[in-house]
Amino acid sequence: MSDTNANSTVAFVRHDTIPEREPPLGERGLIKWLRENLFSSVTNGVLTVLSLWAIYLILAASLPWLLNGIWDAPSIRDCRTILDGARGGCFAVLTERWNQLLFGFQYPSDQYWRPTLAFILLFVAFAPVMFYKLPRKLLIMTAVYPFLGYWLIWGGSIWVPVFAAGGFVAGYMVYRQFITRSFAIAFFGAIVGAFVFWWIADFITPVLANLIPIELEFVKSRQVGGFMLNMILGVVCLSLALPLGIILALGRQSSMPIIKWICVVFIEFVRGVPLITLLFVANVVLAYFLPPEANFDLVVRVIIMITLFAAAYIAEVIRGGLAALPTGQYEAADSLGLDYPQSMRLIILPQALKISIPGIVNVAVGLFKDTTLVSVISMFDLVGMIRGPILSSTDWNGVYWELFGFAALLFFIMCYGISQYSQWLERQLATDHR
Amino acid sequence: MSDTAAKVEAKASAISDQVAIEIQNMNKWYGTFHVLRDIDLTVYQGERIVVCGPSGSGKSTLIRCINALEEHQAGSITVDGTLLSSDLKNIDKIRSEVGMVFQHFNLFPHLTILENCTLAPIWVRKIPKKEAEETAMHFLTKVKIPEQADKYPGQLSGGQQQRVAIARSLCMRPRIMLFDEPTSALDPEMIKEVLDTMIELAEEGMTMICVTHEMGFARQVADRVIFMDQGQIVEQNEPEPFFNDPKSDRTKLFLSQILGH
Ligand SMILES: Nc1ncnc2c1ncn2[C@@H]1O[C@H](COP(=O)(O)OP(=O)(O)OP(=O)(O)O)[C@@H](O)[C@H]1O
Ligand SMILES: [Mg+2]
Repeated sequence: MSDTNANSTVAFVRHDTIPEREPPLGERGLIKWLRENLFSSVTNGVLTVLSLWAIYLILAASLPWLLNGIWDAPSIRDCRTILDGARGGCFAVLTERWNQLLFGFQYPSDQYWRPTLAFILLFVAFAPVMFYKLPRKLLIMTAVYPFLGYWLIWGGSIWVPVFAAGGFVAGYMVYRQFITRSFAIAFFGAIVGAFVFWWIADFITPVLANLIPIELEFVKSRQVGGFMLNMILGVVCLSLALPLGIILALGRQSSMPIIKWICVVFIEFVRGVPLITLLFVANVVLAYFLPPEANFDLVVRVIIMITLFAAAYIAEVIRGGLAALPTGQYEAADSLGLDYPQSMRLIILPQALKISIPGIVNVAVGLFKDTTLVSVISMFDLVGMIRGPILSSTDWNGVYWELFGFAALLFFIMCYGISQYSQWLERQLATDHR
Repeated sequence: MSDTAAKVEAKASAISDQVAIEIQNMNKWYGTFHVLRDIDLTVYQGERIVVCGPSGSGKSTLIRCINALEEHQAGSITVDGTLLSSDLKNIDKIRSEVGMVFQHFNLFPHLTILENCTLAPIWVRKIPKKEAEETAMHFLTKVKIPEQADKYPGQLSGGQQQRVAIARSLCMRPRIMLFDEPTSALDPEMIKEVLDTMIELAEEGMTMICVTHEMGFARQVADRVIFMDQGQIVEQNEPEPFFNDPKSDRTKLFLSQILGH
């Protein structure tokens, strides 16, 4: 054997294993990474250097401004005195007007705990909806929250939200009673049931409120402002717009021409009109049409308008999701004997909504930022507060960067959170293994 | 020879004289296109029927009319004593009695195999979840994939998916099964596993209508073979005479093409 080995130059047998060695210096660790990612070609290298330079310029301008900032001063003039010509932000406006930025300038200051508590509970209420692996019992909190949240922020007698909730329960009970017979009877019966309940409750509420007075100080809608108003508008409008958008999308697919026609006209009309126009309508025009005694709260009117606006967009996004499903899914659901509501709820919508998540998030983020438009119809949301009471005060006239930077940061945090959640959700729901 | 005779014997005895599906003078149009013309067909309980015919002849349309996935415009279809009308109650009732297996499986990709199988029993038949799961496991075992129950459809091969689709239909305990070319989207090596499942089902006496071009399957299990062309039933007969001695020229032509004579 060794013979052949020695004689032949072609045959080869290895008897020892080559020990592992590290790659050459230029091929490992940081150097390799830098070379591959930042300096892989001349153009790439030049771009890297230019980018670093740009980053340096931005940091050089903003870091001193951030780090050297004044957090404690009664007015912009004092800020300037303290800074004495040095570069630095006047963040004192944030600390001094913190409560105004968050709650508006008219919310009673001894009641700030209420919206704060409502904000914390908001997460408890949303958790079981957002994380479907949490125990389903927590959904009770979600169902209670709209009424609890209303009561915490606006206050008044507790019996108002209790009876409002009671109307829904009454409607649901009527629905349960008739659903075995027919969906239509159950649906309209539920609406009638709820309204009868509210009509009766209208008489009982004042009596009960006198007998058992559990109440919080009542806050008028005009007094609600600051970032709280943005949060209220964003959360409420989105929660309402999503189901409404689903209904509109399904309606647009309906085989019943009248329903289809109504949905198409609605969607196309609302999408064709700027939101700001709708807000002006809510502010001014609606007042002409509604009877004078129908003292419709401005916040409610704005909520309705933003909801309709967002619903139209969400409907179109979901329609795309519905269209992307193969007809085989509808046929399979039908062939198993599922009725329309069942096949929509169990088969079609879960898949269509999953496809639509990126689009819905797009609308959600846009809607949340658009809530600042209410400042144009003289409501004092975060931007309204900044542009109005704060910037026009003699103390803080001129601190644009700090204030608007703060507003941007708050909105960025919220929107980035929504976006991260949606990406997580998409990964969770990825079951098709394509 | 005596073997086949025994088989025919066994077949004949499985068929009862109870009518499962009765189609009378049924016509269907797509717009102005007359897809199905004067269809008359009576299927008895326990009968196994294979439908074949050239592409576009209306085979799919015919069996989709039976569970109202397609609407017919004239004539009548009675399934298990229930007349198919536009009444939604009747339609849902018929659909829950009639299982359907599609060419492209149409499993629900967002649900696990087990959930695919228990969904309709739970929501349509109102069976408790526990019991529905037991039934599902029974049928998944029957189609030989109980170990896949917790996977998603996207993780299975085509043949496995089609067997799940069959199990899903069986979980509703249907009285009639419809198959629309169940093997034509499958690779050759997977066709056999699906056909075996169908043969087993046929041997248990399930009433079946299969649209298929698997002539071996037709010979082995069919009680009757129906040949369709241009929306009409052109010829129907027991498999032996149908394949060995077709009467119509169109059948002869079709058979010569499909059997490669
Ligand atoms: N939704 C529809 N609208 C209009 N025409 C249709 C529709 N579906 C099918 N058709 C036509 O009806 C005829 C019958 O179709 P069908 O699907 O029943 O044929 P098939 O016998 O199943 O054919 P294949 O073997 O290719 O599946 C074909 O000519 C087809 O083009
Ligand atoms: Mg077909």
